[in-house]
Amino acid sequence: MSKPAIETRYLNLFYDTFHALEDISISIEERKITALIGPSGCGKSTLVRVFNRMNDLIEGVHITGQVLVEGEDIYAPNIDLIELRRKVGMVFQRPNPFPLSIRKNITFGLEIHNTTRKTDYSGIIEESLRSVLLWDDLKDKLDRSALELSLEQQQRLCIARVIAMKPKIILMDEPCSALDPIATSRIEELMQELQKEYTIVIVTHNMQQAARVSDYTAFLYLGKLIEYGETKRLFSAPREKQTEDYITGRFG
Amino acid sequence: MNTAWNIVRKIKEHVIEKVILFSGTTSILFVLLIFVFLLKEGLSIFWMVPLSDFLFAKNWYPISDPPQFGILPLILGSLFVTFGAAVLSVPIGIASALFIAEIAPPKLKEVMKAGIELLAAIPSVVIGFIGMMTLGPLIKDLFNLTTGLTALTGSITLAFMAMPTIVSIAEDAITAVPRSYREAAIAMGATKWQTTWRIVAYAARPGMIAAVMLGIGRVIGETMAVMMVTGNAALIPRSFLQPVRTLTATIAAEMGETVQGGEHYSALFAIGIILFIITFIINGIADLYLHRTRK
Repeated sequence: MSKPAIETRYLNLFYDTFHALEDISISIEERKITALIGPSGCGKSTLVRVFNRMNDLIEGVHITGQVLVEGEDIYAPNIDLIELRRKVGMVFQRPNPFPLSIRKNITFGLEIHNTTRKTDYSGIIEESLRSVLLWDDLKDKLDRSALELSLEQQQRLCIARVIAMKPKIILMDEPCSALDPIATSRIEELMQELQKEYTIVIVTHNMQQAARVSDYTAFLYLGKLIEYGETKRLFSAPREKQTEDYITGRFG
Repeated sequence: MNTAWNIVRKIKEHVIEKVILFSGTTSILFVLLIFVFLLKEGLSIFWMVPLSDFLFAKNWYPISDPPQFGILPLILGSLFVTFGAAVLSVPIGIASALFIAEIAPPKLKEVMKAGIELLAAIPSVVIGFIGMMTLGPLIKDLFNLTTGLTALTGSITLAFMAMPTIVSIAEDAITAVPRSYREAAIAMGATKWQTTWRIVAYAARPGMIAAVMLGIGRVIGETMAVMMVTGNAALIPRSFLQPVRTLTATIAAEMGETVQGGEHYSALFAIGIILFIITFIINGIADLYLHRTRK
């Protein structure tokens, strides 16, 4: 087993007094797809937003325990949040491209991080659009507004703009919930493709999706990590009663 | 029994619908009537003074003999004051709107919004009075002038009047930017400022342009305050430190002295037509951008 991409140790998260995550210790493997499943309100979205510290935006959140991304404690006082978020990209539930041109959507990340020379932009635009299979459709429309695209294309663009920043990890918070079944299966194919280069953590309430795409699955319930293991094993022979009840549809 | 009830209900619906339709169309009707009235009273001046002379002649001497009706000094007076007010109020107004919408903590935000609304509620004559009594002397001393009632004084005074419009409409536009844009930018590692300036302000741009246009519309149409602080000399202004007279102030100041139906009278109405057209265009542009925001 290679070194984990993300590791949490006794992670607890509170929204003011509400205990949203309880003693989560999980180790997420590099270049695999890990799915977080569980009923609404179980904390799966909260957990994924710990990994790029998006929870910082919500008032009254506080955290105990350790979260390591590539071995580095991301809640250490001297952490560079901007660099963390470059390394750990995020794709949201509803496609949210910026109301800018397709080109600008991709270069936004490059501009704010200022790590790339402007002359390299066009190469990166092509490369990242290719990796989400949009290049052939959009190469002549780069200056059109991203809002003119279909929802599926918008979501692909959102993935592309994350990829353009050369992240290590891509967090996906229910990335297909706004898409139709055909678009969903195409995004799932894309995830399989991306897994070769990136660590992917996907939150989903769709168990079939977790079973289809992920290598590992974590089942959360009421803020606790109930079971975590290889997806095949977890779905065929769950060790915990609650996991079994959930995946067989008895609740949730 | 049942059918009777149905008929009553249908009539009720019908009456309500017609009443609403009537109320809706009256406002349009009034605008049209006002415009027709302006045209009727104002157009006769163009029998005596050709439109190009009216717009571009340099002298406004309506009661000399023979009278001269050139509104160029008045147009330039309005432009000077409006331009000055826009230069002052647009950056400050947009910056305040960004501060209130994006940066201010909730309590301060409430206080500031209330303050801006209060500023909008001050009657223009009061703002004019303050401008005349405090700002005028200050500008006189500062620039060593013979009078403190200048285009600059008018610009500053009017900037205060444009600001509330600009701030509140721009703030609405900024607040209406979906949260998901901000989340996306921050998740990509953008700083607060990068998010605010590059994404939020950009997305809110049509609304901010509308805010500016409506603010300018208010400035151009403003009469009372501007009449009190600009010195009212109908001369072609060469600098901001000279007295000027605006289109609006001219109508307000001179209408009382005219003979109904006379040349001077219809010249003032013709100024009204010009003002109407200017504000119509400005509001039209603002409207265009407001609709673009809502899309």
